[in-house]
Amino acid sequence: MPLANFWRDPAVLIVPAMVFIAIGFAVPLVWFFVETLREIGSLAEIADQAMSIATSRAVINAMFTTNWIALLVTLLTLLAGYPIAYFLCHSDRLRFTLVLFCIIVPYFTSVIVRTYSWMVLLGRNGIVNQLLLGSGLVDAPVALLYNKTGILIGMTYVLLPYMILTLYAAMKAIDPSYMRAAQALGASRTYAFRHVYLPLSAHGAISGCLIVFILAIGFFITPALMGGPSDVMIAMLIERSVEIMLDWPSAAIMSLLLLALTLVLYAIYYRVTDVRRMMGT
Amino acid sequence: MSVRTPSGNLKGAIDLRGVTKRYGAERVVDDVSLAIQPGEFFSLLGPSGSGKTTTLMMIAGFAGVDEGAIAVDGADISGMQPQHRGFGMVFQNYAIFPHLNVFENVAFPLRARRQPEAAVRERVTWALDLVQLGTFADRFARQLSGGQQQRVAIARAIVFEPRIVLMDEPLGALDKNLRYDMQVEIKEIQRRLGMTVVYVTHDQEEAMNMSDRIAIMNRGRIEQVGMPSEVYERPSNAFVGRFLGEANILDGTIDGLEGDCATLRVGGLVLRARVRDAVTVGSRASLFVRPERVAIRSPGAGERSGNRVEGHVRRVSFLGNIVRYLVEAAPSTHVMVDVQNDGRPPLAVDTAIALGWAMEDSLILAG
Repeated sequence: MPLANFWRDPAVLIVPAMVFIAIGFAVPLVWFFVETLREIGSLAEIADQAMSIATSRAVINAMFTTNWIALLVTLLTLLAGYPIAYFLCHSDRLRFTLVLFCIIVPYFTSVIVRTYSWMVLLGRNGIVNQLLLGSGLVDAPVALLYNKTGILIGMTYVLLPYMILTLYAAMKAIDPSYMRAAQALGASRTYAFRHVYLPLSAHGAISGCLIVFILAIGFFITPALMGGPSDVMIAMLIERSVEIMLDWPSAAIMSLLLLALTLVLYAIYYRVTDVRRMMGT
Repeated sequence: MSVRTPSGNLKGAIDLRGVTKRYGAERVVDDVSLAIQPGEFFSLLGPSGSGKTTTLMMIAGFAGVDEGAIAVDGADISGMQPQHRGFGMVFQNYAIFPHLNVFENVAFPLRARRQPEAAVRERVTWALDLVQLGTFADRFARQLSGGQQQRVAIARAIVFEPRIVLMDEPLGALDKNLRYDMQVEIKEIQRRLGMTVVYVTHDQEEAMNMSDRIAIMNRGRIEQVGMPSEVYERPSNAFVGRFLGEANILDGTIDGLEGDCATLRVGGLVLRARVRDAVTVGSRASLFVRPERVAIRSPGAGERSGNRVEGHVRRVSFLGNIVRYLVEAAPSTHVMVDVQNDGRPPLAVDTAIALGWAMEDSLILAG
């Protein structure tokens, strides 16, 4: 290909970003894995070590906790996000802007600040407990922090916008005439919603769930600050083996485990979005 | 209970009584009254923004009625939800559900009515055979052509044998040849099933080809209601005359009246035509005559009872089956004439020409 043509190809525009990602992400990642795994020894020894780490009680527990929490968070964001996305799709400009503002603005605040804000709200003497005690609904403060409840509240809050925006894009693509046609042909609102709207927005829900799940399994700050001692997620385990145990090879193997899981989920996500294109919506 | 039986002895008459729809201060549908007969193919015809689609949406229940009432077989349905009205409906963009195959799309109205599976199978097969899509049951909308999608939409609208089917420009997105075939097919289905069809279109040929009666709408009002030949031959005003195909509308002043015949002075011409509207001598009026009713006369010959004008050809339009000439009969007065293409070469521009038409073929439209 002559050089002149190369410069005319729009692909040239992504070259700086690709170079940046290569230098800033891909190279250090490969470097980290190669260097730390070489410490273990031969390939057979690496496999041995990987097997024993992957099957160790701590890792299995952490993987279970991670997936369980990620699953719960995904379901919570879906339950909370679906009505909000539906509302955004069917509201006038002013209400749309207001609600979207509330969803987007927390993004410009750091995760740590937002997490500490939750701790103020959810603590033993936090606003939520004071309200619950004041209203007489409970006799003693409810444990909303330093346990699974705390993690779920915090992570659901942080990940909710991803779900809402993904669902919103899918719902916005649903031609309103489908719901009209359903109604005109004798379907009640509930029937039309269940048999037309829900299936047509399903791919958006699946995409949103995968995005939230992928992000959730790698979460660190929120579970570290808001969770209890028994709720160890895999990212926290990795951090511990690097910072406290100074066991870099174990950290590398656990990271590879997490990366593999993420890539599998991403492959599924890719297939889902591909199906969406096939549906022509 | 079979879905075939129409509910009770209801027949599908639709009555619009002074129906009005306002958007802000604008009356997009203004005091529309219509009595659509059971089993009638009734078209709402008009340019975009004439209120025809809004009228249909009020009948369907998607737009509220601000004034007046809509009744079906005598019962007021103005406040009823769309899903309770029991009409079939065909949309302009087809609205075939993309997540369901052809069979399930057509089955949708039956399943929404909780019909038993056996009845669903029977009715869907019947409807798909009716629109000649029997072999396409497993396909999805994206695998169908525009014409096939439209057939699915029609099958879906008639599968539960509604007594009334509403159609909103259903053929608007199809190309011309296919459109004609579909017109014939829709008309045939309507005739066989005996249902009432309210059909919205902006295509006058389509409306005339299919309809028992046409309502011509303009700016939210009904200009004229009648059979296709009636509205075409005897338009109530210049708008209707122009909208339903080509028309010569020559503005002038009434010069004399004798019986049902009036003399109209148009520029330097004196023309005679039938009078239907109340006009007085000296009032403004127009003469209406279709270009195909005007003929080229041999020079010098007289005209027995009709009109004769002489002039020069100013424009020649070769349209295939006809040749259309624009003839300047007097300064700034032009008469259009359509001549069957008989194989002879068209006349040249500036050719001197004599035109004539029978008095019965023209009509005086009040100012």
